[in-house]
Amino acid sequence: MQESAILGYLPILIFFALAVAIGGGMVVVSTFLGRKNPNPEKISTYECGMVPFKDARQRFDVRFYLVAMLFILFDIEVVFLYPWAVLFTRFDPVIFGFVEMLLFIFVLLFGYIYVLRKGALDWS
Amino acid sequence: MGLESILFYYFAIVIVATAALAVSRRNPVYAVLFLLPCLVHIAGLWLFLGAEFLAAIQIIIYTGAIMVLYLFVIFILDLGSFRTKRIIHQQKSLAIAGGLALIVQLVVLTIASTFPGPFGPPQEVVSGGNTQAVGGVLYTDFLFPFELASLVLLVAIFGAVVLARKESEETSS
Repeated sequence: MQESAILGYLPILIFFALAVAIGGGMVVVSTFLGRKNPNPEKISTYECGMVPFKDARQRFDVRFYLVAMLFILFDIEVVFLYPWAVLFTRFDPVIFGFVEMLLFIFVLLFGYIYVLRKGALDWS
Repeated sequence: MGLESILFYYFAIVIVATAALAVSRRNPVYAVLFLLPCLVHIAGLWLFLGAEFLAAIQIIIYTGAIMVLYLFVIFILDLGSFRTKRIIHQQKSLAIAGGLALIVQLVVLTIASTFPGPFGPPQEVVSGGNTQAVGGVLYTDFLFPFELASLVLLVAIFGAVVLARKESEETSS
């Protein structure tokens, strides 16, 4: 058991190998079999984003950072829910597990309300 | 020896290689992107220890959230400008000192500690599953720290909003 903890994930490895084989295979096969007669119109940028007009090395709005930061914090909150959900029926009185998570969520609800009230997620 | 060893060496080599690449890249965006496979493969090492919960957390938190944060920190730093480059180069001696201190610490800890036996998952993790083992103690024995964690997260939310809002008001005015 101890030796083969990782071997239980062998199906996932096979899945990854198949995904790479199919995804890469499509590119490789179409590279060799596809017909190529490029002309300037064909290789020009169209519907795939704008032509760059400025250096990309500029300061981004700090609101991107704020969204990322809030994402991490609420992501960590969700992480605490996973083992709780797995164990939910096994709490001694089930209400105990329910109340402790309710308290946890309730505290973070204040954070969420604060974020909304401060307009931290408004992009106007 | 067998498939397990091959998998372990694959994970170990990729971790060391991508970590070395992340440190040595001059472009910070490339450095962060090399951290991505590094962290994913560390999740693979957690699976070797039967810690599938930690592996999932490693993917969700580190490769999901922390990497996005690292990238956005780089984006808002304005690394192309001369001023930012100068500030970063000024921190070189400090960074070398901090790195050396960490290396000394790790070497001393590795020499001083005794390893009780062969590496592997603890028995309770093997029998019940890692997620159940973590939750079983987290929501009973460590109930107070768990509830305290919500307060820490709450303070972090306040801090993030206050810091970023101040900054955006300064730039807009």
